[in-house]
Amino acid sequence: MKSFQGRVIVPGTASAEALVSHGGFNTLASYQMALQFGDLKAMGKDTEVQCGDQNNPNIYKKPMMGKALCLPQTIGSTTGGMVLFTACALGKQPACMLFSKPIDSLAASGAILGDVWTDAVMPVVDSLGEEFLEYVQTGMTVTVRDGGVVEVA
Amino acid sequence: MKLNEEQQALLDGSRGEVMAKIMKTLVMYGDAFGAERMVPVTGKYGHTVISFGLGVMDPVYDLYDEILSAGILPEQKFTADPKPLDPKVPSGLLDDLVFKKLMYNRQERYEAQLRKLGITKDEDYTCACYLDQVGNIPRKGEILSWAESSAVVYANSVLGARCNRNSGILELMGSIAGCVPEFGLLTDEGRKADWIVEVKCEKKPEAQLLGSAIGMKVMEDVPYIRGLDRWLGRELNDSAKAYLKDFGAATASNGAVGLYHVENLTPEAVEQGESLIREGAQVYVIDDAELERVYRNYPVIWKKPDAKPQLAFIGCPHLSLQQLTDWAGAVLKGLEKNGRKKVAVPTVFTAPVQVIREFEKSIYAWPLRHSGVVLSSICPLMYMNNPLCKSKAVLTSSNKLRTYTSAKYCTDAEILEIITGGAK
Repeated sequence: MKSFQGRVIVPGTASAEALVSHGGFNTLASYQMALQFGDLKAMGKDTEVQCGDQNNPNIYKKPMMGKALCLPQTIGSTTGGMVLFTACALGKQPACMLFSKPIDSLAASGAILGDVWTDAVMPVVDSLGEEFLEYVQTGMTVTVRDGGVVEVA
Repeated sequence: MKLNEEQQALLDGSRGEVMAKIMKTLVMYGDAFGAERMVPVTGKYGHTVISFGLGVMDPVYDLYDEILSAGILPEQKFTADPKPLDPKVPSGLLDDLVFKKLMYNRQERYEAQLRKLGITKDEDYTCACYLDQVGNIPRKGEILSWAESSAVVYANSVLGARCNRNSGILELMGSIAGCVPEFGLLTDEGRKADWIVEVKCEKKPEAQLLGSAIGMKVMEDVPYIRGLDRWLGRELNDSAKAYLKDFGAATASNGAVGLYHVENLTPEAVEQGESLIREGAQVYVIDDAELERVYRNYPVIWKKPDAKPQLAFIGCPHLSLQQLTDWAGAVLKGLEKNGRKKVAVPTVFTAPVQVIREFEKSIYAWPLRHSGVVLSSICPLMYMNNPLCKSKAVLTSSNKLRTYTSAKYCTDAEILEIITGGAK
Protein backbone atom coordinates (compact mmCIF):
# COMPACT_ATOMS: atom_id res chain seq x y z
CA MET A 1 0.00 0.00 0.00
CA LYS A 2 1.20 3.49 -0.77
CA SER A 3 -0.07 6.77 0.59
CA PHE A 4 -0.19 10.15 -1.21
CA GLN A 5 -0.91 13.61 0.13
CA GLY A 6 -2.98 16.01 -1.94
CA ARG A 7 -5.08 19.13 -1.48
CA VAL A 8 -8.77 18.91 -0.66
CA ILE A 9 -11.08 20.60 -3.19
CA VAL A 10 -14.30 18.92 -2.02
CA PRO A 11 -14.07 17.25 1.39
CA GLY A 12 -15.20 13.74 2.15
CA THR A 13 -14.06 10.13 2.32
CA ALA A 14 -14.49 7.27 -0.13
CA SER A 15 -13.17 3.86 -1.04
CA ALA A 16 -13.50 2.52 -4.57
CA GLU A 17 -11.86 0.71 -7.45
CA ALA A 18 -9.49 2.90 -9.45
CA LEU A 19 -10.12 3.94 -13.03
CA VAL A 20 -7.01 5.59 -14.39
CA SER A 21 -6.73 8.05 -17.26
CA HIS A 22 -3.15 8.99 -18.04
CA GLY A 23 -4.19 11.58 -20.61
CA GLY A 24 -6.45 14.58 -20.01
CA PHE A 25 -9.98 13.50 -19.16
CA ASN A 26 -12.41 15.06 -21.63
CA THR A 27 -15.55 15.37 -19.52
CA LEU A 28 -18.03 16.09 -22.31
CA ALA A 29 -16.66 13.42 -24.64
CA SER A 30 -16.55 10.89 -21.78
CA TYR A 31 -20.06 11.46 -20.44
CA GLN A 32 -22.29 12.76 -23.22
CA MET A 33 -23.46 9.45 -24.71
CA ALA A 34 -23.64 7.59 -21.42
CA LEU A 35 -25.71 10.24 -19.67
CA GLN A 36 -28.12 10.65 -22.53
CA PHE A 37 -28.49 7.13 -23.80
CA GLY A 38 -26.99 4.88 -21.14
CA ASP A 39 -30.32 3.98 -19.60
CA LEU A 40 -31.89 3.46 -23.01
CA LYS A 41 -29.06 1.15 -24.08
CA ALA A 42 -29.55 -0.93 -20.97
CA MET A 43 -33.31 -1.18 -21.56
CA GLY A 44 -34.16 0.93 -18.58
CA LYS A 45 -31.70 -0.58 -16.15
CA ASP A 46 -29.18 1.64 -14.54
CA THR A 47 -25.85 1.42 -16.31
CA GLU A 48 -22.29 1.85 -15.26
CA VAL A 49 -21.88 5.07 -17.27
CA GLN A 50 -19.36 3.89 -19.84
CA CYS A 51 -16.75 6.34 -21.03
CA GLY A 52 -17.49 7.48 -24.57
CA ASP A 53 -14.23 9.28 -25.39
CA GLN A 54 -12.66 7.45 -28.30
CA ASN A 55 -9.55 9.59 -27.94
CA ASN A 56 -8.80 8.21 -24.48
CA PRO A 57 -7.72 4.56 -24.91
CA ASN A 58 -7.08 4.17 -21.15
CA ILE A 59 -10.73 4.37 -20.25
CA TYR A 60 -12.79 4.23 -23.48
CA LYS A 61 -15.90 2.08 -22.94
CA LYS A 62 -14.97 1.43 -19.29
CA PRO A 63 -17.54 2.08 -16.54
CA MET A 64 -17.00 5.33 -14.65
CA MET A 65 -19.86 5.39 -12.15
CA GLY A 66 -18.76 4.70 -8.60
CA LYS A 67 -15.09 4.43 -9.56
CA ALA A 68 -12.17 6.33 -8.10
CA LEU A 69 -11.38 8.39 -11.19
CA CYS A 70 -7.63 9.07 -11.25
CA LEU A 71 -6.50 11.63 -13.80
CA PRO A 72 -4.03 14.43 -14.48
CA GLN A 73 -6.64 17.10 -15.31
CA THR A 74 -9.77 17.49 -17.40
CA ILE A 75 -9.73 18.95 -20.91
CA GLY A 76 -12.13 20.03 -23.61
CA SER A 77 -15.40 21.90 -23.80
CA THR A 78 -16.57 24.38 -21.20
CA THR A 79 -19.73 22.34 -20.84
CA GLY A 80 -17.50 20.01 -18.81
CA GLY A 81 -18.45 21.40 -15.42
CA MET A 82 -22.13 21.39 -16.26
CA VAL A 83 -21.86 17.76 -17.39
CA LEU A 84 -20.15 16.78 -14.15
CA PHE A 85 -22.79 18.66 -12.15
CA THR A 86 -25.50 16.75 -14.05
CA ALA A 87 -23.80 13.43 -13.36
CA CYS A 88 -23.80 14.36 -9.65
CA ALA A 89 -27.46 15.44 -9.72
CA LEU A 90 -28.43 12.14 -11.37
CA GLY A 91 -26.36 10.09 -8.90
CA LYS A 92 -24.07 8.87 -11.71
CA GLN A 93 -20.86 10.52 -10.56
CA PRO A 94 -17.56 8.76 -9.83
CA ALA A 95 -16.96 7.81 -6.18
CA CYS A 96 -14.22 10.42 -6.08
CA MET A 97 -11.96 12.38 -8.42
CA LEU A 98 -8.23 12.33 -7.79
CA PHE A 99 -5.98 14.66 -9.76
CA SER A 100 -2.23 14.29 -10.05
CA LYS A 101 -1.93 17.96 -11.12
CA PRO A 102 -3.61 21.06 -9.69
CA ILE A 103 -7.27 20.93 -10.64
CA ASP A 104 -8.40 22.76 -13.80
CA SER A 105 -11.20 25.31 -13.86
CA LEU A 106 -13.81 23.09 -15.52
CA ALA A 107 -13.38 20.14 -13.19
CA ALA A 108 -13.39 22.50 -10.22
CA SER A 109 -16.62 24.08 -11.46
CA GLY A 110 -18.35 20.73 -11.85
CA ALA A 111 -17.14 19.40 -8.51
CA ILE A 112 -18.15 22.58 -6.67
CA LEU A 113 -21.55 22.82 -8.39
CA GLY A 114 -22.13 19.18 -7.45
CA ASP A 115 -21.15 19.89 -3.86
CA VAL A 116 -23.15 23.10 -3.35
CA TRP A 117 -26.26 22.36 -5.43
CA THR A 118 -26.79 18.57 -5.20
CA ASP A 119 -26.84 15.88 -2.54
CA ALA A 120 -24.10 13.89 -4.23
CA VAL A 121 -21.01 12.90 -2.30
CA MET A 122 -17.89 13.03 -4.46
CA PRO A 123 -14.70 13.94 -2.63
CA VAL A 124 -12.15 15.66 -4.85
CA VAL A 125 -8.42 15.85 -4.15
CA ASP A 126 -5.84 17.46 -6.44
CA SER A 127 -2.06 17.95 -6.59
CA LEU A 128 -1.32 14.30 -5.73
CA GLY A 129 1.80 14.38 -7.88
CA GLU A 130 3.03 12.50 -10.93
CA GLU A 131 4.11 9.55 -8.81
CA PHE A 132 0.48 8.97 -7.84
CA LEU A 133 -0.57 8.54 -11.45
CA GLU A 134 2.45 6.37 -12.19
CA TYR A 135 1.67 4.10 -9.23
CA VAL A 136 -2.09 3.69 -9.36
CA GLN A 137 -3.47 1.16 -11.84
CA THR A 138 -7.02 0.57 -12.99
CA GLY A 139 -8.57 -2.04 -10.70
CA MET A 140 -6.54 -1.15 -7.58
CA THR A 141 -8.40 -0.10 -4.44
CA VAL A 142 -8.21 3.58 -3.60
CA THR A 143 -9.21 5.06 -0.26
CA VAL A 144 -9.68 8.78 0.28
CA ARG A 145 -9.27 9.88 3.88
CA ASP A 146 -9.83 13.23 5.56
CA GLY A 147 -7.25 15.92 4.90
CA GLY A 148 -6.42 14.91 1.32
CA VAL A 149 -4.73 11.61 2.14
CA VAL A 150 -5.15 9.01 -0.61
CA GLU A 151 -4.15 5.38 -0.07
CA VAL A 152 -3.66 3.01 -2.98
CA ALA A 153 -3.54 -0.77 -2.52
CA MET B 1 -10.53 35.12 -0.17
CA LYS B 2 -11.14 38.65 0.97
CA LEU B 3 -14.64 39.82 0.07
CA ASN B 4 -15.81 43.41 0.17
CA GLU B 5 -18.76 44.35 2.34
CA GLU B 6 -21.35 43.90 -0.38
CA GLN B 7 -19.99 40.52 -1.49
CA GLN B 8 -19.80 39.29 2.10
CA ALA B 9 -23.40 40.35 2.66
CA LEU B 10 -24.51 38.36 -0.39
CA LEU B 11 -22.64 35.34 0.91
CA ASP B 12 -24.30 35.81 4.30
CA GLY B 13 -27.73 35.76 2.72
CA SER B 14 -28.69 39.45 2.45
CA ARG B 15 -30.45 38.69 -0.84
CA GLY B 16 -31.71 35.27 0.11
CA GLU B 17 -30.55 31.71 0.21
CA VAL B 18 -30.22 31.16 -3.55
CA MET B 19 -28.02 34.23 -4.01
CA ALA B 20 -25.94 33.09 -1.03
CA LYS B 21 -25.43 29.72 -2.74
CA ILE B 22 -24.36 31.47 -5.93
CA MET B 23 -21.77 33.47 -3.99
CA LYS B 24 -20.65 30.34 -2.14
CA THR B 25 -20.10 28.60 -5.48
CA LEU B 26 -18.03 31.51 -6.80
CA VAL B 27 -16.01 31.76 -3.58
CA MET B 28 -15.25 28.02 -3.55
CA TYR B 29 -14.29 28.29 -7.23
CA GLY B 30 -11.87 31.09 -6.42
CA ASP B 31 -10.50 29.31 -3.35
CA ALA B 32 -9.60 26.29 -5.48
CA PHE B 33 -7.23 28.55 -7.42
CA GLY B 34 -5.93 30.74 -4.63
CA ALA B 35 -7.89 33.81 -5.67
CA GLU B 36 -7.54 36.59 -3.14
CA ARG B 37 -10.47 38.71 -4.24
CA MET B 38 -13.43 39.08 -6.55
CA VAL B 39 -13.16 41.52 -9.47
CA PRO B 40 -16.08 43.16 -11.27
CA VAL B 41 -17.22 41.80 -14.61
CA THR B 42 -16.58 44.75 -16.93
CA GLY B 43 -17.50 43.29 -20.33
CA LYS B 44 -20.82 44.57 -21.64
CA TYR B 45 -22.29 41.17 -22.45
CA GLY B 46 -21.90 37.63 -21.19
CA HIS B 47 -21.88 34.47 -23.29
CA THR B 48 -23.30 31.12 -22.23
CA VAL B 49 -22.26 27.75 -23.58
CA ILE B 50 -25.61 26.16 -22.72
CA SER B 51 -27.94 26.52 -25.67
CA PHE B 52 -29.70 23.19 -25.65
CA GLY B 53 -32.73 21.79 -23.90
CA LEU B 54 -31.70 18.20 -23.31
CA GLY B 55 -34.02 15.99 -21.29
CA VAL B 56 -31.10 14.51 -19.40
CA MET B 57 -29.99 17.99 -18.30
CA ASP B 58 -33.13 18.63 -16.26
CA PRO B 59 -31.04 19.30 -13.14
CA VAL B 60 -29.56 22.34 -14.94
CA TYR B 61 -32.96 23.76 -15.90
CA ASP B 62 -34.29 23.02 -12.42
CA LEU B 63 -31.38 25.00 -11.00
CA TYR B 64 -32.19 27.90 -13.36
CA ASP B 65 -35.83 27.73 -12.28
CA GLU B 66 -34.64 27.96 -8.69
CA ILE B 67 -32.69 31.11 -9.58
CA LEU B 68 -35.60 32.65 -11.49
CA SER B 69 -38.08 31.78 -8.74
CA ALA B 70 -35.89 33.66 -6.29
CA GLY B 71 -36.26 36.73 -8.50
CA ILE B 72 -32.57 36.78 -9.37
CA LEU B 73 -31.44 37.96 -12.79
CA PRO B 74 -27.98 38.51 -14.32
CA GLU B 75 -26.61 42.05 -14.23
CA GLN B 76 -25.78 41.79 -17.94
CA LYS B 77 -27.44 40.41 -21.03
CA PHE B 78 -25.71 37.60 -22.89
CA THR B 79 -25.41 35.70 -26.16
CA ALA B 80 -25.60 31.90 -26.31
CA ASP B 81 -24.10 28.99 -28.23
CA PRO B 82 -25.88 27.69 -31.35
CA LYS B 83 -29.12 25.77 -31.11
CA PRO B 84 -29.15 22.02 -31.63
CA LEU B 85 -32.01 21.80 -34.12
CA ASP B 86 -32.68 23.16 -37.59
CA PRO B 87 -35.19 21.55 -39.96
CA LYS B 88 -33.05 22.63 -42.92
CA VAL B 89 -30.27 20.22 -41.95
CA PRO B 90 -30.74 16.79 -43.56
CA SER B 91 -32.21 14.20 -41.20
CA GLY B 92 -34.42 11.13 -41.43
CA LEU B 93 -37.70 10.38 -39.67
CA LEU B 94 -35.92 8.38 -37.01
CA ASP B 95 -33.41 11.20 -36.48
CA ASP B 96 -36.24 13.68 -36.02
CA LEU B 97 -37.96 11.38 -33.56
CA VAL B 98 -34.76 10.98 -31.52
CA PHE B 99 -33.93 14.71 -31.69
CA LYS B 100 -37.32 16.03 -30.69
CA LYS B 101 -38.77 13.31 -28.48
CA LEU B 102 -35.76 11.76 -26.77
CA MET B 103 -33.06 14.39 -26.76
CA TYR B 104 -33.97 18.05 -27.14
CA ASN B 105 -37.41 17.77 -25.58
CA ARG B 106 -36.64 20.61 -23.15
CA GLN B 107 -35.63 23.10 -25.84
CA GLU B 108 -38.71 25.29 -25.50
CA ARG B 109 -38.48 25.23 -21.72
CA TYR B 110 -34.85 26.29 -21.82
CA GLU B 111 -35.24 29.01 -24.46
CA ALA B 112 -38.04 30.48 -22.36
CA GLN B 113 -35.63 30.51 -19.41
CA LEU B 114 -32.97 32.26 -21.50
CA ARG B 115 -35.45 34.96 -22.51
CA LYS B 116 -36.22 35.58 -18.84
CA LEU B 117 -32.55 35.48 -17.84
CA GLY B 118 -31.60 38.00 -20.53
CA ILE B 119 -30.44 36.68 -23.90
CA THR B 120 -29.62 39.72 -26.05
CA LYS B 121 -31.82 38.73 -29.01
CA ASP B 122 -33.68 35.62 -30.12
CA GLU B 123 -31.25 35.23 -33.03
CA ASP B 124 -28.08 35.55 -30.95
CA TYR B 125 -27.31 31.84 -30.80
CA THR B 126 -23.77 31.28 -32.09
CA CYS B 127 -20.42 30.10 -30.75
CA ALA B 128 -18.77 32.97 -32.69
CA CYS B 129 -20.53 35.79 -30.87
CA TYR B 130 -17.49 38.03 -31.36
CA LEU B 131 -17.95 38.33 -35.13
CA ASP B 132 -18.76 41.86 -36.33
CA GLN B 133 -22.24 40.91 -37.53
CA VAL B 134 -23.19 39.54 -34.09
CA GLY B 135 -21.50 42.27 -32.10
CA ASN B 136 -20.60 40.74 -28.72
CA ILE B 137 -17.04 42.04 -29.03
CA PRO B 138 -15.26 42.66 -25.73
CA ARG B 139 -12.55 45.28 -25.55
CA LYS B 140 -8.96 44.67 -24.53
CA GLY B 141 -8.55 44.28 -20.80
CA GLU B 142 -12.25 43.79 -20.03
CA ILE B 143 -13.12 41.09 -17.50
CA LEU B 144 -15.62 38.53 -18.79
CA SER B 145 -17.76 35.80 -17.32
CA TRP B 146 -18.07 33.66 -20.46
CA ALA B 147 -18.15 29.97 -21.19
CA GLU B 148 -17.64 28.27 -24.58
CA SER B 149 -14.08 27.13 -25.02
CA SER B 150 -13.63 28.49 -28.55
CA ALA B 151 -15.09 31.90 -27.66
CA VAL B 152 -13.06 32.21 -24.46
CA VAL B 153 -9.76 31.43 -26.18
CA TYR B 154 -10.62 33.92 -28.96
CA ALA B 155 -11.62 36.67 -26.54
CA ASN B 156 -8.41 36.20 -24.53
CA SER B 157 -5.98 35.74 -27.39
CA VAL B 158 -7.27 37.82 -30.32
CA LEU B 159 -9.19 40.52 -28.46
CA GLY B 160 -7.04 40.72 -25.34
CA ALA B 161 -10.02 40.48 -22.98
CA ARG B 162 -9.64 38.52 -19.74
CA CYS B 163 -11.66 35.41 -19.04
CA ASN B 164 -11.02 32.08 -17.41
CA ARG B 165 -12.23 28.85 -18.96
CA ASN B 166 -15.42 28.92 -16.95
CA SER B 167 -17.89 26.12 -17.08
CA GLY B 168 -21.50 26.39 -18.17
CA ILE B 169 -23.67 27.48 -15.18
CA LEU B 170 -20.64 29.13 -13.52
CA GLU B 171 -20.53 31.76 -16.27
CA LEU B 172 -24.15 32.70 -15.56
CA MET B 173 -23.43 32.90 -11.85
CA GLY B 174 -20.62 35.38 -12.56
CA SER B 175 -23.01 37.46 -14.67
CA ILE B 176 -25.58 37.35 -11.85
CA ALA B 177 -23.17 38.34 -9.09
CA GLY B 178 -21.42 40.87 -11.33
CA CYS B 179 -18.05 39.60 -10.14
CA VAL B 180 -15.69 36.69 -10.67
CA PRO B 181 -12.76 35.38 -8.64
CA GLU B 182 -9.44 36.81 -9.78
CA PHE B 183 -7.07 34.04 -10.79
CA GLY B 184 -5.44 32.42 -13.81
CA LEU B 185 -6.06 34.22 -17.09
CA LEU B 186 -7.42 37.26 -15.26
CA THR B 187 -3.96 38.04 -13.92
CA ASP B 188 -0.79 39.28 -15.67
CA GLU B 189 1.16 36.34 -14.29
CA GLY B 190 -1.43 33.82 -15.48
CA ARG B 191 -1.17 35.18 -19.01
CA LYS B 192 2.52 34.39 -19.34
CA ALA B 193 3.59 31.61 -21.68
CA ASP B 194 4.73 28.22 -20.41
CA TRP B 195 5.61 26.98 -23.89
CA ILE B 196 7.43 28.33 -26.92
CA VAL B 197 6.02 26.79 -30.08
CA GLU B 198 8.26 27.10 -33.12
CA VAL B 199 6.27 26.72 -36.35
CA LYS B 200 8.71 25.58 -39.03
CA CYS B 201 6.32 24.41 -41.71
CA GLU B 202 7.14 24.81 -45.40
CA LYS B 203 3.51 25.48 -46.28
CA LYS B 204 0.78 27.33 -44.43
CA PRO B 205 -0.33 24.96 -41.68
CA GLU B 206 -3.98 23.96 -41.57
CA ALA B 207 -5.44 26.03 -38.70
CA GLN B 208 -7.45 23.17 -37.21
CA LEU B 209 -4.51 20.77 -37.41
CA LEU B 210 -1.95 23.17 -35.94
CA GLY B 211 -4.33 24.01 -33.10
CA SER B 212 -4.92 20.33 -32.41
CA ALA B 213 -1.18 19.55 -32.27
CA ILE B 214 -0.52 22.45 -29.90
CA GLY B 215 -3.55 21.69 -27.72
CA MET B 216 -2.56 18.07 -27.29
CA LYS B 217 0.99 19.07 -26.38
CA VAL B 218 0.51 22.02 -24.01
CA MET B 219 -2.89 21.01 -22.57
CA GLU B 220 -4.01 23.90 -20.32
CA ASP B 221 -0.80 25.92 -20.57
CA VAL B 222 -0.27 29.17 -22.47
CA PRO B 223 1.79 28.83 -25.68
CA TYR B 224 3.81 31.63 -27.30
CA ILE B 225 3.86 30.81 -30.99
CA ARG B 226 6.72 31.86 -33.23
CA GLY B 227 6.79 31.60 -37.00
CA LEU B 228 3.06 31.81 -37.63
CA ASP B 229 3.24 35.47 -38.65
CA ARG B 230 5.15 34.24 -41.71
CA TRP B 231 1.85 32.79 -42.91
CA LEU B 232 -0.70 35.12 -41.33
CA GLY B 233 1.11 38.44 -41.62
CA ARG B 234 1.34 41.03 -38.87
CA GLU B 235 -2.11 42.55 -39.12
CA LEU B 236 -5.22 41.20 -37.44
CA ASN B 237 -7.34 41.40 -40.58
CA ASP B 238 -10.43 39.28 -41.33
CA SER B 239 -8.35 36.49 -42.79
CA ALA B 240 -5.99 36.28 -39.80
CA LYS B 241 -8.88 36.49 -37.34
CA ALA B 242 -10.75 33.68 -39.10
CA TYR B 243 -7.63 31.52 -39.03
CA LEU B 244 -7.08 32.22 -35.33
CA LYS B 245 -10.76 31.46 -34.58
CA ASP B 246 -10.42 27.94 -35.99
CA PHE B 247 -6.92 27.44 -34.64
CA GLY B 248 -7.98 28.46 -31.14
CA ALA B 249 -11.04 26.22 -31.14
CA ALA B 250 -8.80 23.25 -31.88
CA THR B 251 -6.32 24.17 -29.13
CA ALA B 252 -9.20 24.43 -26.66
CA SER B 253 -11.00 21.21 -27.59
CA ASN B 254 -7.99 18.98 -28.26
CA GLY B 255 -6.33 20.36 -25.16
CA ALA B 256 -7.55 22.95 -22.69
CA VAL B 257 -5.91 26.12 -23.98
CA GLY B 258 -7.58 29.34 -22.83
CA LEU B 259 -5.01 31.80 -24.20
CA TYR B 260 -2.25 31.78 -26.80
CA HIS B 261 0.08 34.47 -28.03
CA VAL B 262 1.18 34.71 -31.66
CA GLU B 263 4.41 36.61 -32.09
CA ASN B 264 3.98 39.93 -33.91
CA LEU B 265 0.24 39.41 -34.30
CA THR B 266 -1.95 39.03 -31.21
CA PRO B 267 -2.30 42.18 -29.08
CA GLU B 268 -0.31 41.20 -26.02
CA ALA B 269 2.45 39.59 -28.09
CA VAL B 270 2.73 42.80 -30.13
CA GLU B 271 2.89 44.94 -26.99
CA GLN B 272 5.02 42.82 -24.71
CA GLY B 273 6.92 40.49 -27.05
CA GLU B 274 9.11 37.85 -25.46
CA SER B 275 8.67 39.29 -21.99
CA LEU B 276 5.48 37.21 -22.02
CA ILE B 277 7.52 34.02 -21.97
CA ARG B 278 7.99 32.50 -18.55
CA GLU B 279 11.48 31.53 -17.49
CA GLY B 280 12.15 27.87 -18.21
CA ALA B 281 9.40 27.60 -20.83
CA GLN B 282 9.40 24.32 -22.73
CA VAL B 283 9.86 24.24 -26.50
CA TYR B 284 7.74 22.41 -29.07
CA VAL B 285 8.86 22.44 -32.70
CA ILE B 286 6.19 21.85 -35.31
CA ASP B 287 7.04 21.07 -38.91
CA ASP B 288 5.05 19.48 -41.72
CA ALA B 289 6.06 15.99 -40.60
CA GLU B 290 4.78 16.63 -37.08
CA LEU B 291 1.43 17.83 -38.39
CA GLU B 292 1.23 14.76 -40.63
CA ARG B 293 1.96 12.55 -37.60
CA VAL B 294 -0.79 14.20 -35.59
CA TYR B 295 -3.26 13.88 -38.47
CA ARG B 296 -2.50 10.19 -39.09
CA ASN B 297 -3.00 9.38 -35.41
CA TYR B 298 -6.64 10.51 -35.30
CA PRO B 299 -8.84 7.47 -34.73
CA VAL B 300 -11.48 6.88 -37.41
CA ILE B 301 -14.47 5.37 -35.69
CA TRP B 302 -16.82 5.05 -38.61
CA LYS B 303 -18.38 1.59 -38.60
CA LYS B 304 -17.01 1.13 -42.13
CA PRO B 305 -13.86 3.25 -42.43
CA ASP B 306 -14.11 3.32 -46.23
CA ALA B 307 -17.83 4.14 -46.30
CA LYS B 308 -19.22 6.65 -48.79
CA PRO B 309 -19.67 9.96 -46.95
CA GLN B 310 -23.29 10.75 -46.15
CA LEU B 311 -22.94 14.28 -44.79
CA ALA B 312 -20.32 17.02 -44.47
CA PHE B 313 -20.28 19.75 -41.83
CA ILE B 314 -18.16 22.85 -42.33
CA GLY B 315 -18.21 25.61 -39.74
CA CYS B 316 -17.44 24.50 -36.20
CA PRO B 317 -16.89 27.09 -34.83
CA HIS B 318 -19.33 29.03 -36.98
CA LEU B 319 -17.93 30.52 -40.19
CA SER B 320 -17.17 34.20 -40.58
CA LEU B 321 -18.61 36.07 -43.56
CA GLN B 322 -15.30 35.93 -45.38
CA GLN B 323 -14.96 32.19 -44.74
CA LEU B 324 -18.49 31.54 -45.95
CA THR B 325 -17.83 33.57 -49.09
CA ASP B 326 -14.51 31.81 -49.70
CA TRP B 327 -16.08 28.38 -49.21
CA ALA B 328 -18.95 29.27 -51.55
CA GLY B 329 -16.54 30.42 -54.23
CA ALA B 330 -14.38 27.32 -53.84
CA VAL B 331 -17.34 24.93 -54.00
CA LEU B 332 -18.82 26.57 -57.10
CA LYS B 333 -15.43 26.57 -58.82
CA GLY B 334 -14.86 22.93 -57.84
CA LEU B 335 -18.24 21.86 -59.14
CA GLU B 336 -17.60 23.61 -62.44
CA LYS B 337 -14.20 21.94 -62.73
CA ASN B 338 -15.72 18.54 -62.07
CA GLY B 339 -18.65 19.07 -64.42
CA ARG B 340 -21.27 18.93 -61.67
CA LYS B 341 -24.19 21.10 -60.72
CA LYS B 342 -24.83 19.64 -57.28
CA VAL B 343 -22.53 18.71 -54.44
CA ALA B 344 -21.57 15.03 -54.30
CA VAL B 345 -22.22 14.81 -50.55
CA PRO B 346 -25.02 16.56 -48.64
CA THR B 347 -23.17 19.52 -47.17
CA VAL B 348 -24.01 21.97 -44.39
CA PHE B 349 -22.18 25.27 -43.87
CA THR B 350 -22.82 26.66 -40.41
CA ALA B 351 -22.61 30.35 -39.51
CA PRO B 352 -24.43 32.87 -37.31
CA VAL B 353 -27.88 33.97 -38.50
CA GLN B 354 -26.55 37.50 -39.01
CA VAL B 355 -23.65 36.26 -41.19
CA ILE B 356 -25.96 34.12 -43.32
CA ARG B 357 -28.28 37.11 -43.74
CA GLU B 358 -25.38 39.21 -45.00
CA PHE B 359 -24.15 36.41 -47.24
CA GLU B 360 -27.58 36.08 -48.83
CA LYS B 361 -26.99 39.52 -50.38
CA SER B 362 -23.89 38.30 -52.23
CA ILE B 363 -23.65 36.98 -55.78
CA TYR B 364 -22.77 33.54 -54.41
CA ALA B 365 -25.95 32.99 -52.45
CA TRP B 366 -28.24 31.83 -55.27
CA PRO B 367 -25.78 29.47 -57.00
CA LEU B 368 -24.65 28.01 -53.68
CA ARG B 369 -28.23 27.26 -52.66
CA HIS B 370 -28.80 25.56 -56.01
CA SER B 371 -25.67 23.48 -55.59
CA GLY B 372 -27.40 21.76 -52.69
CA VAL B 373 -25.31 23.25 -49.89
CA VAL B 374 -27.44 24.01 -46.83
CA LEU B 375 -26.76 27.14 -44.79
CA SER B 376 -27.64 26.76 -41.15
CA SER B 377 -26.98 28.26 -37.74
CA ILE B 378 -27.20 24.87 -36.04
CA CYS B 379 -24.54 23.47 -33.70
CA PRO B 380 -23.11 20.48 -35.60
CA LEU B 381 -21.84 19.00 -32.37
CA MET B 382 -25.31 18.95 -30.87
CA TYR B 383 -26.75 17.54 -34.10
CA MET B 384 -24.29 14.66 -34.04
CA ASN B 385 -24.58 14.00 -30.34
CA ASN B 386 -26.70 10.85 -30.63
CA PRO B 387 -26.18 7.14 -31.32
CA LEU B 388 -27.82 7.31 -34.78
CA CYS B 389 -25.05 9.58 -36.02
CA LYS B 390 -22.47 7.02 -34.92
CA SER B 391 -23.55 4.85 -37.82
CA LYS B 392 -23.39 7.75 -40.26
CA ALA B 393 -20.32 8.56 -42.32
CA VAL B 394 -19.97 12.27 -41.56
CA LEU B 395 -17.05 14.39 -42.70
CA THR B 396 -15.86 17.60 -41.14
CA SER B 397 -12.98 20.04 -41.35
CA SER B 398 -13.49 20.83 -37.65
CA ASN B 399 -11.18 19.30 -35.13
CA LYS B 400 -13.63 20.14 -32.36
CA LEU B 401 -16.38 18.15 -34.07
CA ARG B 402 -13.96 15.29 -34.66
CA THR B 403 -13.04 15.26 -30.98
CA TYR B 404 -16.58 15.01 -29.63
CA THR B 405 -18.33 12.92 -32.26
CA SER B 406 -17.74 10.13 -34.76
CA ALA B 407 -17.18 12.65 -37.58
CA LYS B 408 -14.03 12.07 -39.61
CA TYR B 409 -11.62 14.97 -39.94
CA CYS B 410 -10.42 16.08 -43.38
CA THR B 411 -8.36 19.11 -44.30
CA ASP B 412 -10.18 21.93 -46.07
CA ALA B 413 -8.66 20.88 -49.42
CA GLU B 414 -9.63 17.22 -48.93
CA ILE B 415 -13.20 17.95 -47.95
CA LEU B 416 -13.57 20.37 -50.87
CA GLU B 417 -12.43 17.65 -53.28
CA ILE B 418 -14.92 15.20 -51.82
CA ILE B 419 -17.97 17.42 -51.74
CA THR B 420 -17.39 18.77 -55.23
CA GLY B 421 -17.05 15.25 -56.63
CA GLY B 422 -13.36 15.50 -57.50
CA ALA B 423 -12.18 12.78 -55.13
CA LYS B 424 -12.08 9.16 -56.29
